This record gives sequence, C-alpha cells and structure tokens, in this order.
Amino acid sequence: MSQTSNETDAPLRESIDYDVVIVGAGPSGLSAAIRLKQLDPNLEVVVLEKGSEVGAHILSGAVLDPIGLDRLIPDWKEKSAPIKTAVTEDHFLFLTDKRSVRIPNWPMPKLMSNHGNYIVSMGNVCRWLAEQAEELGVEVFPGMAASELVMEGDRVAGVVAGEFGREADGSIGANYEAGMELRGKYVLLGEGVRGSLSKIVIDKFNLSEGHEPQKFGLGMKEIWEIDPSKHKEGTVQHTMGWPLNSNAGGGSFIYHIENNQVYVGFVVHLNYENPYLSPYMEFQRFKHHPAVADLLEGGKRIAYGARAISEGGLQSLPKLTFAGGALLGCSAGMVNVPRIKGNHNAMLSGIAAAEAAAMAISEGREGDELTDYETAVRDGDIGDDLKKVRNVKPLWAKWGALASTVLGGLDMWTNSLLGLSVFGTLKHGKNDAQATGEAKDFAEITYPKPDGILSFDRLTNVSFAATNHEESQPCHLKLADPSVPIAVNLAKYAEPAQRYCPAGVYEIVEKAGAPEFVINFQNCVHCKTCDIKDPSQNITWTTPQGGDGPNYPNM
Amino acid sequence: MKILVPVKRVIDYNVKVRVKADESSVELANVKMSINPFDEIAVEEAIRLKEKGVASEVVVVTIGVKKSEDVLRTALAMGADRAILIEAADDVHTDIEPLAVAKLLAKVAEAETPDLILAGKQAIDNDMNATGQMLGALLGWGQATSASALEITDGVARVTREVDGGLQVVDVNMPAIVTCDLRLNEPRYASLPNIMKAKKKSLAATTAAEYGVDITPRLTVVKTVEPAARAAGEIVGSVEELKAKLKEAGVV
Repeated sequence: MSQTSNETDAPLRESIDYDVVIVGAGPSGLSAAIRLKQLDPNLEVVVLEKGSEVGAHILSGAVLDPIGLDRLIPDWKEKSAPIKTAVTEDHFLFLTDKRSVRIPNWPMPKLMSNHGNYIVSMGNVCRWLAEQAEELGVEVFPGMAASELVMEGDRVAGVVAGEFGREADGSIGANYEAGMELRGKYVLLGEGVRGSLSKIVIDKFNLSEGHEPQKFGLGMKEIWEIDPSKHKEGTVQHTMGWPLNSNAGGGSFIYHIENNQVYVGFVVHLNYENPYLSPYMEFQRFKHHPAVADLLEGGKRIAYGARAISEGGLQSLPKLTFAGGALLGCSAGMVNVPRIKGNHNAMLSGIAAAEAAAMAISEGREGDELTDYETAVRDGDIGDDLKKVRNVKPLWAKWGALASTVLGGLDMWTNSLLGLSVFGTLKHGKNDAQATGEAKDFAEITYPKPDGILSFDRLTNVSFAATNHEESQPCHLKLADPSVPIAVNLAKYAEPAQRYCPAGVYEIVEKAGAPEFVINFQNCVHCKTCDIKDPSQNITWTTPQGGDGPNYPNM
Repeated sequence: MKILVPVKRVIDYNVKVRVKADESSVELANVKMSINPFDEIAVEEAIRLKEKGVASEVVVVTIGVKKSEDVLRTALAMGADRAILIEAADDVHTDIEPLAVAKLLAKVAEAETPDLILAGKQAIDNDMNATGQMLGALLGWGQATSASALEITDGVARVTREVDGGLQVVDVNMPAIVTCDLRLNEPRYASLPNIMKAKKKSLAATTAAEYGVDITPRLTVVKTVEPAARAAGEIVGSVEELKAKLKEAGVV
C-alpha cells in the first residue's frame, strides 16, 4: 500500500494495486470475479459492494435462466446453490378491473417458456456467489461504496472506495476515513442499472453515441408469507392490463418460492406521460384485484423494495468498453424485456469480460480497451437473446399492451424461426425523462387509500426495506440547479418526483406560504428512478456512504 | 494492561424484526446481522484506551455460530489486536443464554487474565442485561454497569453511570467489569485499509465443548409474539366532536 494525495481537504489516502477491480457484488461482477480466478488463480481480484453485505442491495424477480451459472459453476447443485424451486407452472393473465383472462402458452415463442428455469432470490444467489468467489481467493468488501473514478490520462485506472464521515455540509467529521484508491489493470463496472460511476463513464467516453437512448422501468417488489393452503411452490404468474391500462406500460409478477413465500412485483415502464401517475400506488392498487387479493388475504408482507430496470435492449446497449475497463450487465443494460429476465445475461457478460481481461493481462496488456468482450457480447449468446426481442419494447411504447403482445409475439416468432423481423429494428426515440408530459395536458389520478392489509402507504412499506442512511452526511441526491424542482418541475409537471419515487424521498411542503422541495435522502432505496425520470434531468444519484441504503433479505 | 471485550452478533438495528411463523423466536434466516451496537461501543472504548497508552492489548471474543467471525473481523478492523471465536451453535436461532455465556467468558478470563473486561450493557436482540453482572459474580470481580464515561488511574476504574434522573460516579478496583452505555463514545468506522490489514490478525477458533461448559438452555421460550397493532386513529373536525367522541369511548 502506498500513499497518494487527493485534491480535497481530506488527509492522504492509501492506494493499493490489483489486477482487476470490480465495482458491485451483483450477478455480473461476482461472475467476472469467479471466472478471473478460474482462469488464473494468481490474479489479484477485488469486488467492492456499497450494500452493508452482499445481497443487501440486490432486488430482482427473479426467474433465473441458469445458462450463465451452468457455464460458470457447472456443479452448482452439488455446491448447494440457493436455487431450489424449479418453475412448474407458468401463467400469463390479462387483467381487466374485475376479471382476468388467461392467455394460453401455445402461441408464445419458445424463448418465452420458463421450462428449466428457477424461481430464486437473487440476493441469496449473490450471497452464495460471493462465498464461491472468496473460496477462490477473491477479496470481497461489502459496505464499501466506490464513489469516484481514478483517471490516469485518458484511461480509467481505478476507483476510490470507503470514504466515511463527511458532515452534512461536506466538511471532514471527527470519525472521518479518507477512503482508498483501488487501482487495477482493468476496472469492471457491475453497478446495475444506472450505476453512478457507469453514468460518468458512459458520458466521459461517449459510449451511447450511435445507440438509442436507454429505456427503463421501475420494479417494485414485496415478499409475502401466505396461507400455506394457497401456496403452490414453483408457480409463476405474470399479468398485463389493469390497473395501468393505457396510462403506462408494465405488468406484474407473482412467484411462489419456498417457505410459503411469494414474491409479488410490479413493473411500470418509465416512459409514461402522465406526470400524475404514481407507479407505487399502481402497485398497491394492483394487489386488490380479485386474482391477487384472494392469494394474499391472510398473508403478511415481510419485505419491500424497488429498483429500476433497463429495458432498452439491443438498440440501447451502449459501447461496452473504454480505456481501462468495461460495463457489465445492467450497467450497460442487458435485460430481455419480454422474457422479463436479465440475470442470465448479467452473468454471461461477467464471464465474457473476465475472459477478455484475463487474456489481455496474460499478454501483458493493461488499461486498453477489451474489444474481445464487446464482440463476445454482441455476437454471442447475449446478442442472440436480445436480438430476437428487440422490437417488443418499441412496439409496446407505440401500440400499447394488447396490440404489442400480438405484434411483438409475431415479431419474436419471425425472429426465432426466420432470423429476421418484418419491422427491421425499431427505434425508441425519446428517453424516459423527455417522455414525461406537462401537467396541464393530463388529469390527476385519484388512487384508493391503502387499507393497511393488502396495500400500504409508502412510508410504512419503506420501513420494510430496512433502509438507513447516516444522517450527518451530505445528501447523496444532487440537484444540478436547486431552483428547478419548484420553478420548472412544479409549475410544468406538478413535480412528479413526489410520485415516481417509490420510497417517498421527495416532497413538496408549504413553508411560509411558499412551496419548498424537500429531499428525505434517508428513505432512499437506491432504485435510481429520480436520476432517470426527472423531466428536467436535474437530479443525479451519487452513492452515499458504504453500508447505507436498504438491507434487503432474500430479495 | 490487557482488555477483554466480549461481542455478540445480533440482528441489525435497521432490520424490521419479524416473528417466525411457528412463534418459536424471531426470524433470523436471510436477515442482516451485525455487531451488537453496545459491544461496538465497548470495542471503541478499549481501542481508545490503547491509543492513550493506558491499555497494551485488546482481545475480542464472541460466542455463537461460525458466521459470528464477521463481528470479530469488524472489531479487528476497528483496532482490536486479536480475536477468539467460540463456536457454540450451528443454527443462528439457537440462543446461548447469559449464564452459559458468562461461564464461557469466565473461562476465557481465567486463561487470558485481563485487567479489565469491557462489555456492552446488553444485546439489542433479547435485552437481557445480565451477562456482565453474572460474569462479575462468577469471577468475584467488581463491576460497574451502564458506563457513560470511563477513566482509569492506578488500578482503579472510575465509571460514570447513567441512572434514572442523573449520573452516578463509582470507583471499581481492577480487575473489573464495566458495561458500556450508548453515550460512552461514538464508534469509528472500520476503514477499508484497516479491514484489509485485519485479515492478517490472529483469530483463534475454539468450541464451547473445549471449555467444558454446559450450554444447554435452562429457559424455555413459550411463545414469541409481535406487539399488538395500533388501532387506526380518527381525525375530528371540532372540539365539540372530540368531546362527544371521548364520551362515546367512555374516557371522560
């Protein structure tokens, strides 16, 4: 370890060299770490995780296609991976406000089938992957947020992690720790959707140039413990239609996992126009549909969380490499929207990046671009997976849920059978912030009051995310211009931050007769929606102190 | 001077505690666990005494499942010198009762001969507030509980205790046991460089059986229940209405 100076008022910070520095202990980052050590046990590999423990910030459905895991750890069953619930039943329903219509499985292309997939807690899968990585000698440090890039000329040479103890005004507190520079021959960013360092890198290296804007959804999830007589382990159910109807794209998932638990989730595409829409309240209202309420009645909600999802698919996939590193998984955006899956691609991308990095290091290279990785993703399984479904999301945005199901289904068939699309490749057009319409053009939406049994008010639910932030630290949600929320967003868009945030972070309060914008950053569950959906694109999500944020159980 | 600090791995204070479906205990599977906050304060105080030159060595010890090693690593990263893990259970739901813990700690104290044992005043999981006192009795040492300030001079620990309605200052001859309250200090962060260095510090693993202590529970948990949910409130429009409602409820 050596000492380097930094430009701020902070004391000297230490620096340490690794072969590969990985940001984020999610499926992509841990897969990369494991593959690196499998290829060369002598490589020094470190994984940094901002959550208080591995899995604390992982939120995913999840139905896992084990293709990535099979390739990474073929004997995962013998190694007691927490992957026990095979999908046995797969239902797809279209909801109206009182009724549900089951859409049969036969017209769906094979790629939509969940046969051979598993219902998992991705948080637990990541906890297990971290154990596998540590056994191979990977250093995994949870509770350490990577907050800055270390640049060396035009290349990324590392990150700064583990700075603690700044006061609310940014000054150095009594227990200040300067953090540490972790330098690597390559830096792999596996931060998940809208990663704070990934966003800087995408911007700095112009990685989105020539690609469509990234599109997003907001996923919210509750874990319920239900009446054992209603529990059918292995059952997967997805719905479309009510309550979103034409207001927004999206839908729900209900997965019956072990121990009488069900994962109840709801996704709202963030390209919705009506600024009065509340994704959170749509989710709460959804649970009152007879098809859902019957299942949950007598049960207990035991956890809640939310996380943005990348939905842009192949068109929006930015360039993946930059001098000194690469974007993994959803830091780039590798979710297959109609399959409602991304973990398999995240793992495959981690493996591919590791293979490219290990090769480069063995050739004595460092700090350049891992172009083999980019090729492996685009021309390999991930590219294949995303290519067949590339038009589903734009069709949905254009035609709505029902029509796009038919058109998108047709398109997936032609792609699967003929390898081509009648639509070519459709564009997304606007990003999700720009898609937001002005308040004057829309009607307010009145949501039913949560009943406290099936539906809950936002702050009550947030307490089930076990989120916490050290209060005496600078607010990690940065406004480029502090006047915008009131002057622009409130005036024009009725400040949708009050509603799109699934954790109730943003409020407009009256103070001395004037509206004031309040940021309750302590409630933040790190979903990144504000960074995406603010119509003025005025909010930047930066990482708070390591260990802060939600403490998700088996999400 | 040598300080021994017992620490416990407990459910993290941010977690919404939930009762297991069979009501046998609270749910600990898939739940974030951390060092007991009062124990963290004890570790911090011990390290400060070492930094001041009052103590020469800080030894931390924990009793529990194998994973309890995590809280020892935290203490080592904060600045403790070495650690002892006493494995006493396979299942995280197995609670080792205060008397069993105190007996095991007494054995450790006999072997380590510390001058001071600094412990948390209680663990936030079951709030027993008993281990320190039992340990004092078993060792025949003086004890001072709920310390909010601590000063050591010439073999005497001067402890300021938080008591109902004020503070009490007591002197205890060492070796002694002092249990720590919330306001004693604000623990430091375990920094990344120190976590890395802590990986190289000594952590001795042993088992309860090796100390010959019977840890069979003496208490039976009959039932664990959540607090009753608060009934919904009602907003009234006027003082008159409030009076009427209160009458209706038979309160006035």
